[in-house]
Amino acid sequence: MRKQVGQHESVKHDARGIARVALGVVAASFLFGFAMVPLYRIACEQVLGIKLSEGAVSAAEASSMQVDPSRTVVVEFMTSVNSKLPWAFKAEKTRVEVHPGELTEVWFDATNQSAQAIVGNAVPSVAPSAASAFFNKTECFCFTEQVLAGGETRRMPVRFIVDPQLPQGTHTLTLSYTFYANELATRNLALVNPSVDGIAKN
Amino acid sequence: MAHAAVHDTHHDAHDHKPQGFLHRWLFTTNHKDIGTLYLVFSMLMFFVGGSMAMIIRAELFEPGMQLVRPEFFNEMTSVHALVMIFGAVMPAFVGLGNWMIPMQIGAPDMALPRMNNWSFWILPFAFTLLLSSLFMPGAGPQGGWTLYPPLSLQGGNSVAFVIFAIHMMGISSIMGAINIIATILNMRAPGMDLLKMPIFVWSWLITAFLLIAVMPVLAGAVTMLLTDKYFGTSFFNAAGGGDPVMYQHIFWFFGHPEVYIMILPAFGIVSEIIPTFARKPLFGYQAMIYAIASIAFLSFIVWAHHMFTVGMPLGGELYFMYATMLIAIPTGVKVFNWVTTMWEGSMTFETPMLFAIAFVILFTIGGFSGLMLAIVPADFQYHDTYFVVAHFHYVLVTGAIFAIMASVYYWLPKWCGNMYSERWGKIHFWMSVISVNVLFFPQHFLGLAGMPRRIPDYNVAFADFNMISSIGGFWFGASQLLFVGVVIHAVYFSKKRAQARVWEGARGLEWTVPSPAPHHTFSEPPVIDNSQLAHGDVTH
Repeated sequence: MRKQVGQHESVKHDARGIARVALGVVAASFLFGFAMVPLYRIACEQVLGIKLSEGAVSAAEASSMQVDPSRTVVVEFMTSVNSKLPWAFKAEKTRVEVHPGELTEVWFDATNQSAQAIVGNAVPSVAPSAASAFFNKTECFCFTEQVLAGGETRRMPVRFIVDPQLPQGTHTLTLSYTFYANELATRNLALVNPSVDGIAKN
Repeated sequence: MAHAAVHDTHHDAHDHKPQGFLHRWLFTTNHKDIGTLYLVFSMLMFFVGGSMAMIIRAELFEPGMQLVRPEFFNEMTSVHALVMIFGAVMPAFVGLGNWMIPMQIGAPDMALPRMNNWSFWILPFAFTLLLSSLFMPGAGPQGGWTLYPPLSLQGGNSVAFVIFAIHMMGISSIMGAINIIATILNMRAPGMDLLKMPIFVWSWLITAFLLIAVMPVLAGAVTMLLTDKYFGTSFFNAAGGGDPVMYQHIFWFFGHPEVYIMILPAFGIVSEIIPTFARKPLFGYQAMIYAIASIAFLSFIVWAHHMFTVGMPLGGELYFMYATMLIAIPTGVKVFNWVTTMWEGSMTFETPMLFAIAFVILFTIGGFSGLMLAIVPADFQYHDTYFVVAHFHYVLVTGAIFAIMASVYYWLPKWCGNMYSERWGKIHFWMSVISVNVLFFPQHFLGLAGMPRRIPDYNVAFADFNMISSIGGFWFGASQLLFVGVVIHAVYFSKKRAQARVWEGARGLEWTVPSPAPHHTFSEPPVIDNSQLAHGDVTH
């Protein structure tokens, strides 16, 4: 009888130990779920060669590229506006033909169709994703916040160079922009500048 | 403490069940009572989710909008899935595990009985939260059970209720899984080696590891949804530098192991039933265990086959295609081993065996359509069509649910001490197996013809097959009322008492205790007689 009680207690102790280890696994996999956020970026950028950072390339880097006149690549432009942003947004040309290594300038038009000043941010995306690492912008309205007063239209340039090392099989690149309302910046703008006519008060 | 100890001894000595509804069910720490609670809850949720399916099939009976608003239809598709996955299939398996695992390994109870009580009683609250969202301003989830942002975040504040409900379901499953791991690793009777354990216990052990590894990932994913909606983070918000595709990666890192969580215990059940009624030991016991373990491992590295169309690089698509196809190998091992177990066996066809054989055939059909979906170029056509709907209903309804029904017929006499009506059981089986094929087989053709899933209205070109499918749906739904009838009859009205060894060919410790199983079993560890175990002296 005595022996059995002892056995019973040791069994209980072991069960707690196993439960503790299992809870450790649970905690680790909860953290792993969040770790997938940076891991996802690393996998995209290092393993799959998809460019996620959207900064400008330096002028030096841009001028070091040799123009390859033997090759022509089609670059297409797509524009869309998130439904929460009352703007119109269009590319002047929907497609251009460029030689890799050649600096090209294209223009986009955005119009604030509301009566209030609104801050917008454009988020770019390049397809096919595997070619995104070879698409370099030296100037883009997507690098900064765009503030448009009520009814204002702005003409905005994008200057880009397609890397001559673009894989041979790629003939068409699509650059797509989506404009989103930057609600926080719009609110801050109204706070800092309450006297400016037509600025959102909400 | 002293009082509690005396109290416990009193129970052990007399095998009295606690008196009064609250003490018997709300405060219970008994694995059999908790197993029953899980199974009853699961049956209730099966009918809640089933009613939603009936609404879906009624609206799809004819092209055009007849019965419900499109928003309500979308709520039905989303909540039907959540209820069936987290409310019907998973609790049914946990309930079966609770009932059978301690009896199959000769343990007096689960290792952590109070946590067991807690993990069940969270569930009614979780599902009250989830289902109450249907009645809230802004309505319940309408973006599908996968809750893809940004769509899933465009609902009202009911999103928060759904997310908290999922958190609670996750906590419940994690506690259930921890309990099962601790029970299996720690509470086996002396002599019950790991490689003598019944295969159902093995399948649950591996499933429990999957659960503790991936349920927290789902919890993390929905937590990110919550902070994106309410706390201004931008995990999945493109405007703030996030990426909605990343949600799909995190979700399916949970989601693919999740679909195996819903099928591995079914493999275990079928591997118990087929040897019993073929009167032969399971062919390739160890191969079956390795196959389950391989499937569990592979489930972690194939998730992106659910999202081939998001614009992945070619290398990623090829990798996920080949890795997915690899799963066909261990699954094939299992199917061939079930068939080989039946080969030259002295087979009889009682209701559990009928369901088990239907499982082997129909699950294999679901497996084949899964292989078709794994082929990247084909998947670009099949993605988000009724072909996918047909595929996962073949593996979940004729797979998981058929296995659960088989197990209820198989073990019900052990639970309640009475035999169910074999005649009505067989009628239920034939009704179910015919209607389920009328219901889901035409959906393959609808999908191949291009009918998208999750839509309340469709092109008239799809009319005929939808009508056939709906007729099958109503038929299948009505047939399940027979199932409830058979179970209630067996528990309360059947006059035919069950033997301790209910089935002639049954092997294993659960058949050495009387039927119905007493409230406390194996308070003294049993002496293991290898010849009485299903795999006691099997060395392969």
